[in-house]
Amino acid sequence: MKFSTEMKKEMGILCLVTGLLMLIPLFNAVGPESGPLSVSAFQVSLWGKYLTYAVLAMSLNLLWGYTGLLCLCQSLFFALGGYAMGMYLMLMIGERGAYKSVLPDFMVFLGYQKLPLHWEPFYNFAFTVGAVLWVPGLLAFVFGFLAFRSRIKGVYFSILTQALTYAACLMFFRNDFTFGGNNGFTDFKDILGCNINSDATIRGLFIATTALMVCTYLITSGLLASKLGKVQQAIRDSENRVLFSGYSTTSFKLMIFVLSAMIAGAAGALYVPQVGGINPSAMEAAKSLEVVVWVAVGGRGTKWGPVIGAILVNFIKSYTTHAFPDYWLIIMGGMFVCVVLFMPDGIVGVYKQAKSYFARQRSLETTAA
Amino acid sequence: MSTHHTPLYRDTPLILSVSGVTKAFDGFKAIDDLNFYLEEGELRTIIGPNGAGKSTFMDIITGRTRPDVGSVTMHEKDGRDYNLAKLREFEINRRGIGRKFQTPSIYKSHTVYDNLILSLNKKRGVFATLFYRESREDRERIMEVLKTVRLDTRANDLAGMLSHGQKQWLEIGMLLAQDPRLLLIDEPAAGMSDEETERTGELLMSLENKHSLIVIEHDMEFIRQIARKVTVLHQGHVLKEGSFESVKADPEVIQVYLGRQGKRAENN
Repeated sequence: MKFSTEMKKEMGILCLVTGLLMLIPLFNAVGPESGPLSVSAFQVSLWGKYLTYAVLAMSLNLLWGYTGLLCLCQSLFFALGGYAMGMYLMLMIGERGAYKSVLPDFMVFLGYQKLPLHWEPFYNFAFTVGAVLWVPGLLAFVFGFLAFRSRIKGVYFSILTQALTYAACLMFFRNDFTFGGNNGFTDFKDILGCNINSDATIRGLFIATTALMVCTYLITSGLLASKLGKVQQAIRDSENRVLFSGYSTTSFKLMIFVLSAMIAGAAGALYVPQVGGINPSAMEAAKSLEVVVWVAVGGRGTKWGPVIGAILVNFIKSYTTHAFPDYWLIIMGGMFVCVVLFMPDGIVGVYKQAKSYFARQRSLETTAA
Repeated sequence: MSTHHTPLYRDTPLILSVSGVTKAFDGFKAIDDLNFYLEEGELRTIIGPNGAGKSTFMDIITGRTRPDVGSVTMHEKDGRDYNLAKLREFEINRRGIGRKFQTPSIYKSHTVYDNLILSLNKKRGVFATLFYRESREDRERIMEVLKTVRLDTRANDLAGMLSHGQKQWLEIGMLLAQDPRLLLIDEPAAGMSDEETERTGELLMSLENKHSLIVIEHDMEFIRQIARKVTVLHQGHVLKEGSFESVKADPEVIQVYLGRQGKRAENN
């Protein structure tokens, strides 16, 4: 029963990580006001933001790491989820905006007389949560169906996804697209009737993000343990063989693509209230490339790699954009190059690399002796 | 079974009829009015110089390429016929046609055992695979296939760790795990040592009668070992069909194929 002990170990690590993460809101709630153990609300929402990035990286890993589909529009799905949540948050401002109108400020500013029809359902939180999942999911379904059915593979798929996010970004920049143009959404007040800036809400959002991460982890593990997960990795290794073994690879890729888009959307929906806004720059092509860097740095095709990569790279980003703002892109590029050259399996793979290195050294020594 | 597809001189039922098939790429006829019939349980070897249309022929049978004209029909045992030219790759495969590629295509990051699990003749939809549970019959079937391709001691190794010859066998095993009616095998001996080649030949011959086989090969020694009936393709159509000896002695065949190889041998 080798399998079940491995599962137990995996669940143990997951519980440990969750437990450690829970210390952040705990210390914020009951910890000291100052000193090394004090955690400010700012730090809670900062770590919450890192965790939404971690989930985004996990969703890309499902596609790129395990199915071999390098998707360069993962941030688009993230942003769509974010925009859906943002619409709800905008409507919850009510008449407390700068123009004291029930319409969101940007609509008043642009001369709207009444709320566009497609905004109406976003007064409902349940509808919003649904939209967070189905909007990115539907886009991935339609786009994936067309791309996979036409046998678009490899770098061509990557380029097309990049074009998709670029096109969407241009559309969202337009004022008449009814999503706030280049300013996007901001100045949120309430979520589910709670003040969005209160410590309790910030802690709640952090806990919700952790829960999303745990769910994503469990979904990924469940998939990988099933035969479907094996088909997924088989597609990565030899898609032709899978096709000529009687599997419709199109349906498998499509299902994974849609699932991954929905997870990214959910992460985006939790990102927006913790960061306090969203604008079209969130779907710029470069944002999706950053996600690729996180996954590569952490370890592509590993369960924890994307989480470690996303948190580490963003931690470094927070520090460097503050300390040496001009050099951040160079540092990120350098990290990516180093990982590709020296750590093909990312940070998570270093342990294995070191082990095999020492094993080789030892076998060399014994043969020499 | 209906007999109107069966040419008069045959008495064994057919499994595959390819009649009047033409396929052109940018005006170049890779397959030109090709007629080909395969009997149930037959082991057929196809030879032909480069560019004779061997791979295109396999592509047409397996649905990777569609013929411009002509029909490709698979005959079921119950007398039904399927027009393969209208089906997609995975649908053709589910009808019982397995294909082995020239370069070994296996799942290198899965174990040898998992490679075979994925090849079993089970429901292959998204949800069927999500809820699949391995049964004892499945396990026994996999062990049986592993023994046939002599990989039973490597079941838990990653497929990527196998030698080139073993990878070729694993892929043949993956076809067998599906229990196909017809196996298409493209240059199984390429890159193998003499001993591996001979064992591959034995393996293929042991499958005869249980499955129908079409083997494309270049290696003359290997063909001598396995050949029952040989089809010679040239410029997209069948030049000759017959026993290895009769084909080898045919002056036309010597001119287009064996002659060239003979000349090459002299130059070496």
